[in-house]
Amino acid sequence: MSKLPNNRQKGDPETTGHSWDGIEEFNNPMPRWWLWTFYVCIFWALLYSIAYPAWPLISRATPGILGASTRADVAAEIQRFSDANAPIRAKVEAAELTEISADPELLSYANNAGSAVFRTWCAQCHGSGAAGVQASGYPNLLDDDWLWGGDIENIYLTINHGIRNTTDDDARLSEMPRFGADELLEKAQIDEVVQHVLAISGQEHDAVLAEAGAVVFEENCAACHGEAGEGNRDLGAPTLNDAIWLYGGDVASLTYTVVNSRAGVMPNWNTRLSEADVRAVAVYVHGLGGGE
Amino acid sequence: MAFLDKHKVIETHATLLLVLSFLVVTIGGLVQIVPLFYLENTIEKVEGVRPYSPLELTGRDIYIREGCYVCHSQMIRPMRDEVERYGHYSLAAESMYDHPFQWGSKRTGPDLARVGNRYSDDWHVDHLTDPQSVVPESVMPKYGFLLNASIDGRYVEDVMATHRIVGVPYSDEMLENAQADFRAQADPDSDYDGLQERYANAQVRNFDGQPGISEMDALVAYLQVLGTMVDFSTFQPDASR
Repeated sequence: MSKLPNNRQKGDPETTGHSWDGIEEFNNPMPRWWLWTFYVCIFWALLYSIAYPAWPLISRATPGILGASTRADVAAEIQRFSDANAPIRAKVEAAELTEISADPELLSYANNAGSAVFRTWCAQCHGSGAAGVQASGYPNLLDDDWLWGGDIENIYLTINHGIRNTTDDDARLSEMPRFGADELLEKAQIDEVVQHVLAISGQEHDAVLAEAGAVVFEENCAACHGEAGEGNRDLGAPTLNDAIWLYGGDVASLTYTVVNSRAGVMPNWNTRLSEADVRAVAVYVHGLGGGE
Repeated sequence: MAFLDKHKVIETHATLLLVLSFLVVTIGGLVQIVPLFYLENTIEKVEGVRPYSPLELTGRDIYIREGCYVCHSQMIRPMRDEVERYGHYSLAAESMYDHPFQWGSKRTGPDLARVGNRYSDDWHVDHLTDPQSVVPESVMPKYGFLLNASIDGRYVEDVMATHRIVGVPYSDEMLENAQADFRAQADPDSDYDGLQERYANAQVRNFDGQPGISEMDALVAYLQVLGTMVDFSTFQPDASR
């Protein structure tokens, strides 16, 4: 270590004194700015661990002197926005549902809030434009054909409690029998009644079968769907004598419906959305074009 | 310095260097990892979280098999925008029976931590069969083949026994009735009292609307239970966690 190697040159820095098999190491320390930055970082880490939750102790970690808590932060952040909206939301909640659209201020809020709620929670089934999915059982909310009623109170009720779900006891409920699957009707009778439905909805049909189907319809279907197939909103029974179909109006779809029944489910939103949000989205949907 | 001179002893003895390196890593591990197992801050007891029923557990395996976690997270972070969009932020306890957890790391699709009861079964079947039929802008692949894959839960008892080894509290009774519970949950005409006694609030439906039990039944059953076990109307968050 003490012996100077032959290849040292003039101007070379001192060596560290380490020597491995004759290989020595120049003493080139880190630049001062780097070293001091490093020391400051260590010091900063120390301060940080005092300010924020860090060191594990016996039963809990040190909470930090700033009292930082993500849970408290998110609660405060949500509170901040709900405070900002509180006055207008209180008005929306206090107003009669029918009067909201008459007040420009409330209507503007309800439309904006309602469309945001709709795009987040409703668009997956009813489509981002609220046109539903044709012939797949997701109702179009733009037209004036309503299963359970299209006035603002009924829309509000439907959004609040949903349809045929198992999570809200007040959900709208009706059950069409499975006429084929449960053998309530013969196969021939089903074919006949399908032809009758084609007839009353103004489609091409077999007149003979349809005539026989009229009897089947009156005995089995008219109680809910009405004598002429005009539907019954108290029961959520769709109108059959128009050209609007939730699951399709061709022979195959109608036969499937009669045989297996249909039972679309809508979740109840009263547990996920606030009262003001439910009212806002009700006003929004009511204002889309089909509202009564 | 004398201290630094002694360092030479370590640098010139490979075995000693190895032993001491291991010691340093061990201390780091003890300080960072071990407290997570005993600190009250990290383990929050939450009411309602129960092990997955046999059908849900099967659905979870399908979820993992199909790589759903690659595009979907199951972790709602405590931030306002996420809470407003997805619901209450996720709690550690809600994935305590997940082995491995499905928090994910990327959201090509939306978070699924609270997707349970958000859509109808029909919607899930339609959406899994052809996502674009209900969400036209979706880039999700089609999983219609799940409808055709019949399953009988033959191995579900073994899967549950394996989960028990890693700490999921499946009782002997649960294991014994695994097959029966598996079938009962997908059949609303069955006697499912025992199932609901063993698995609180288990939803019993013919999830895919088709006769028999398919992988679709299992996957939808799993999706419909996600995030629904804890009743947040009574849950009181502890702000210090």
